Amino acid sequence: MDDLSDILGDEYEAVIGLEVHCQLDTASKLFSGASTKYGAEPNSQVAPLDMGLPGTLPVVNRKAVEYAVRAGLALRCDVRNETKFARKNYFYPDLPKGYQISQHRAPLCENGELVVPIDGDPLGDGDVRRVGIQRLHLEEDAGKSTHLKGQPHSLVDLNRCGVPLIEIVSEPDLRTPAEARAYMKALRDIVVFLDISDGEMSEGSLRCDANVSVRPSGDEAFGTRTELKNINSFKFVHDGIAAEIRRQIELLEAGESVEQETRLYDVDAGRTRPMRSKEESHDYRYFPEPDLPVFTVDKEWIEEIRANLPALPAERRRMYREAWNVGRDDAGVLTGEPALANFFEASVAHWSGDAQTVANWIVNQWLRVLNDTGHTIDEAGVEPGEFVGVVELVEDRVISQNAGQTVLEEMITTGRDAETIVDDEGLRQMTDAGAIESLVDDVLDDNPEQVAEYRGGNNNVLGWFIGQVMQASGGSADPKIVRSLLQEKLDS
Amino acid sequence: MSIAKTEVEKVARLARLEVEEKRAEKLVDELDSVLEYVGKLDELDTDDVEPTTHPVAAEHTGRDDEVNEGLTVEQVVGHAPDQQDGQFRVPKVVDE
Repeated sequence: MDDLSDILGDEYEAVIGLEVHCQLDTASKLFSGASTKYGAEPNSQVAPLDMGLPGTLPVVNRKAVEYAVRAGLALRCDVRNETKFARKNYFYPDLPKGYQISQHRAPLCENGELVVPIDGDPLGDGDVRRVGIQRLHLEEDAGKSTHLKGQPHSLVDLNRCGVPLIEIVSEPDLRTPAEARAYMKALRDIVVFLDISDGEMSEGSLRCDANVSVRPSGDEAFGTRTELKNINSFKFVHDGIAAEIRRQIELLEAGESVEQETRLYDVDAGRTRPMRSKEESHDYRYFPEPDLPVFTVDKEWIEEIRANLPALPAERRRMYREAWNVGRDDAGVLTGEPALANFFEASVAHWSGDAQTVANWIVNQWLRVLNDTGHTIDEAGVEPGEFVGVVELVEDRVISQNAGQTVLEEMITTGRDAETIVDDEGLRQMTDAGAIESLVDDVLDDNPEQVAEYRGGNNNVLGWFIGQVMQASGGSADPKIVRSLLQEKLDS
Repeated sequence: MSIAKTEVEKVARLARLEVEEKRAEKLVDELDSVLEYVGKLDELDTDDVEPTTHPVAAEHTGRDDEVNEGLTVEQVVGHAPDQQDGQFRVPKVVDE
């Protein structure tokens, strides 16, 4: 639901376009061989080029280009065979060169499209909006400034200087804050599934600026737009844009006009405010980067990248549901993270039964075990084949469902294999009907009062009997056999 | 071709150059003559000519993604006029 519908009413329509910066997960920087590892000691990952020292020259990291092309292809962009870099000039202490190498004319990718679910159904079964992608280009990040509280100084760390980014510029095709947020989430899923970025908004790997304007419904012409800078969470994408739309409508209602300017969302106040002069963007005076010749991306390379594009979540959900008959919600959960989807698919490949059984096990048991033991799917160290082995033990009734969960926990914490755990922990289920029957007979003989109670019409006693037999078996009897034997004998 | 004094002031501000009033007026004349000289190029019809961004035709295909460079923290901040905790210390650039 869009909580703005009250304000927008039938009278106004908002027009929103997003510029998203996404940090690419390469080992080295865009133009130098320094490391990009997150969280290192300040100024410990800096090459002379990143400091803007004289005599240094940039050399393009091919992996960064490959990642950008991957994103461009996934967003159905045209990819240029020859792309150019440009200098964007501004002064700031965390930009030692005095310019950022970016792209201006001839960006790497253009004219793409992203289909975004807009009716609150993230699985995309409902209405969608097609959002045009104007361009996608490569650029380098700046360093990091820390402004010391109460002191007239800032500290500058250059580790982030030169880390590769892609900037993805949408057409002004979004109409509500909820759509903008859905677009961001869809982009996040794409970059994560393409394995080109961790997509973490909280770590700054994904950042967003929003261009926002409003116009009377039915108008073709755009209203005056403002730019909302530095949005760093999905929630603020929604809330910041909503606050700005509200502000603009209030101005128009009061007969005033919107001024074209750059603004910030003040999270505490829940309002946007103009950026102070010192933070404001300047005249960037773009010009072609003289240190970098035209960069060639030949057709064969593009086709190779296209052929190796990982399947995106929407495509995988469709496959799970249509080809494998997995339930809608389970398909949604399983495509939440690439590691999970990969694990599921590899497990299904090891499994001879129906995919839904594996889906149930992953969604209902495996995720809980991972959560309880505090591991990610990759850290757990349990291979899909081993996981399926446990599912088979339960399905073949060698162990109980609960024991299956115990085995998975033990596999993670002790690294032992399933068979060893089953034997060491005595988890093997008693399935010999004869052996179970003698336990059942013993329990019935020892408890004539309860037998009479059951036969007198109190069916609840059955549960108590099952408990007694299970206890007598040391927890190893197959509860299904226990139940049916008990019923058979009590009802006869 | 004629350049206004406000443009000279703007360019100076963008380049963080301090230009005295008197000097600015002189610069208007000097820049005017430079622009006039370069303006001769406008006489050519360049509609069908691709902009030349690089004087030499060179192809660039880049490098592999390998970490093979990096200075020590001391090398990075050692020459800075002011430093703190392995970082550059600079005058604050935002208001509080």
